[in-house]
Amino acid sequence: MSDQRLFAAALLDPVAPCPAGLTAWNGSDPARRFAVYRNNVVVSLIDALADTFPVTLELVGDEFFRAMAGVFVRTAPPKSALLAEYGEGFPAFIERFEPARSVPYLADVARLEMLRVRAFHAADADPVTPDRVARALADPEQLPALRVTCHPSLSVLSSRYAIVSLWAAHQGVGDLACVNPAIPESALVIRAGREVQVVALPPGGEVLTARLADGLTLGEAAGLAAASAGPDFDLAANLALLLRFGAFSSFSLPAEPCQ
Amino acid sequence: MTIQTPFEPSARGVPAVESASRLPVRAGLGLKPQHFAEIVATWPDLGFFEIHAENYLVAGGPFHHTLSRIRDRYPLSIHGVGLSIGAEGPLDIAHLDRLAALLDRYQPQSFSEHLAWSTHGGAFFNDLLPLPYDPITLTRVCDHIDQTQEHLRRRILLENPATYVEFAASTMDEATFITEIVRRTGCGLLLDANNAYVSGVNHRRDPQTYIAALPLSEVGEIHLAGFAEDRDAAGAPLLIDTHGAAIAAAVWELYAFALDRLGPTPTLIERDNDIPPLPVLLAEAQCAEQWIEDVQRHRTETMA
Repeated sequence: MSDQRLFAAALLDPVAPCPAGLTAWNGSDPARRFAVYRNNVVVSLIDALADTFPVTLELVGDEFFRAMAGVFVRTAPPKSALLAEYGEGFPAFIERFEPARSVPYLADVARLEMLRVRAFHAADADPVTPDRVARALADPEQLPALRVTCHPSLSVLSSRYAIVSLWAAHQGVGDLACVNPAIPESALVIRAGREVQVVALPPGGEVLTARLADGLTLGEAAGLAAASAGPDFDLAANLALLLRFGAFSSFSLPAEPCQ
Repeated sequence: MTIQTPFEPSARGVPAVESASRLPVRAGLGLKPQHFAEIVATWPDLGFFEIHAENYLVAGGPFHHTLSRIRDRYPLSIHGVGLSIGAEGPLDIAHLDRLAALLDRYQPQSFSEHLAWSTHGGAFFNDLLPLPYDPITLTRVCDHIDQTQEHLRRRILLENPATYVEFAASTMDEATFITEIVRRTGCGLLLDANNAYVSGVNHRRDPQTYIAALPLSEVGEIHLAGFAEDRDAAGAPLLIDTHGAAIAAAVWELYAFALDRLGPTPTLIERDNDIPPLPVLLAEAQCAEQWIEDVQRHRTETMA
């Protein structure tokens, strides 16, 4: 085993012995000094997770969150120096983390927070202009053939829990005590300008948005959304919301392939 | 490959051609998102800003938006914290490519990295881990710096580390190790005065003797920061390089000692934890500028 391999293994294993070959000028036990590195690594990575998942932290409290994040850090350290990406595997870890079972929506709230960070750093793009929207709407017969390019920051997340309301209550919007977590919600996460927006989608909105993002036509995506949401699906309401938050960066219609 | 580029000490505000650092000889601050709004609202009088490269290796969004605006008005230093130059494994080419793109986009006056390792076996540890000072490590570090300078097509500044342990395998002291790196690779030095002080206390070596033994003509930037105090197993002081406190009086003294030997040098106030309001850091930057001006005046008077 190489020296750095031993050093690295001991960083993440709290009961591993201090690596051999370390010294101190006064002959003191180097394990106490090595512990500084061990602490720096684990604490700084827990801090990084706390930055990415602030509502997840608030839901379970600082002590619980840090203990849970510590287990994650030791089993799944980052694979790159881009700490904004660290935590992609954290929601799935939370789902399997036995002590967190009593908060069944915790993993989905964490998924939502990871999508927020991804949206925050996503590539920039201008939303379609109102003029372009007006031209597309001017010919209703063409609309079912419309395809869109979604904004690079856009994502949707469907949950069996009230993830948008839970998240919003932690931003001072609404009262947490009044949120029934057992009501399913779908979230649109988008940053068309500077700020990331988290919006509850109307029924069918998750299927409509996801299928449009996959490249299906508006007609195809709306058909699938209606099939999933039934009579509750309101295409106009969904489109109005998506347009309002700048979800689309371009439109294309078969008759005008250059657009 | 070895890059042979002479380093000319620069006069105030006049960047030296071909040097590893073209930062103005003034004080700068680490750029923190907490201060974005105040900076773009007030445009403080400051020599330069420094960013951690890895925080900006993202596609878009507010970080790039703000940095672009700040870059239009200030010189920029890009400071890498994740290249892992001291790693036993090969450098991450994808990471070098991302760094090259960032440098290309922002055209910084300086790029620096650390004498440390932070990755192994595909894991990133988010800490600057220590190296033994022996011939094998020296060769590996020099190869990695050569590769970095070739890939980025520029000289880099290498920062001296803050360390908490030493290695039985070391066959040379840190200043000798660094001097040899600079000689072999032609890289410049980022002299972190706080690291020199922290390591000096932690390994009971005199930080002034240490600094005096470095190739000071190659220093392109100085870092100043605060530390925390701990104890080792024998109860001896163990200083932790936290970047989470005001700069200690002993570090200001060491800075003055270094400036006296180096001449006026671009100086960064580093604060990464417990970040105070911007004016607190601007006051520390002002203090560093005072030292820079004093040494400049002293030199002018001595020459006259």
